[in-house]
Amino acid sequence: MSDERLDAEDLNRLRELGQRFMRAVPHNKALGLELRSVGEGRAEIFLPYDLRLVGNPETGVLHGGAISALIDACCGAAVFQALRKPMAIATLDLRIDYLKPAAPGVGVIARAHCYKVTRHVAFVRGVAFLDSEDDPIATSAGTFMLGTRTTSRTEGAA
Amino acid sequence: MSTRDSWLRQVLAEARATHDPSRLAAVVPYAQTMGISLLLAPEGPHAGELLGVMRFAEHLIGNPVLPALHGGALCALLESTAIFQLLWESELSATPRTIGLTVEYLRSGRPVDTFARGMPTRQGRRVTNVRVEAWQDDRSRPIAVASAHFLVHSDEGPAKLEI
Repeated sequence: MSDERLDAEDLNRLRELGQRFMRAVPHNKALGLELRSVGEGRAEIFLPYDLRLVGNPETGVLHGGAISALIDACCGAAVFQALRKPMAIATLDLRIDYLKPAAPGVGVIARAHCYKVTRHVAFVRGVAFLDSEDDPIATSAGTFMLGTRTTSRTEGAA
Repeated sequence: MSTRDSWLRQVLAEARATHDPSRLAAVVPYAQTMGISLLLAPEGPHAGELLGVMRFAEHLIGNPVLPALHGGALCALLESTAIFQLLWESELSATPRTIGLTVEYLRSGRPVDTFARGMPTRQGRRVTNVRVEAWQDDRSRPIAVASAHFLVHSDEGPAKLEI
């Protein structure tokens, strides 16, 4: 990693990469995730409300699993924005605290910040909210492995 | 279980009466979307145990190059399995609400069916802690583990989980 700050051109390139990433990842596409903005080590992703993602049919509130996937994807996108060159990453661990349920009929916004990158590991925290980041529905802390295997496996698990 | 959850209590009773836990997963739209269901382990040392299963589908992929399952999908399987299992195996006064969970990803998830099973580590009056493991072909080689804690208390009536 270099300490140089990214210029506007770099940020544009990263944003384009990020949008391609959203479309190229089948599960992100299936959830309808929309990359709203990126910055240096930061990402914001929107999960539109979708009846297919409801956890409790009586209340119409989105399932916690969909929020988890949103946060996981957003944390990963933030890590990408913190890297000087694209490389494969994999979630090592992710802790999510659910502060309150989402609201029926309303999409969820996630913001994540990758605040430290070392040679092998990136550290990231995230938040999910409906209207305001000051009133979150979930918060998270996670670590990602960098430069993971990019070739297809031959057999067994890595 | 609170009166608010009477629909769920009814589904649970039907699922138990027919020994078919998949009926429980079938009423949750998100579980249907994810291909997450429930089954009773057919044979072996774990026969009769409730297992969560996530049937592989292309839309669960998070890394199309490897390919590998999306971390969020595994997280959903672990969390759902724990909740379904608490409902199936305990007499709760309320639907479990997730307070938090920590997922450790141990191996990349291959594009095949994934199974999960929770082990309650503590069942309290208000909070239950569960450790959940997910595996694919080999149960002794989990691909992800989670520790999760759930609020199981209802203000509408006394909880019955004190042990």
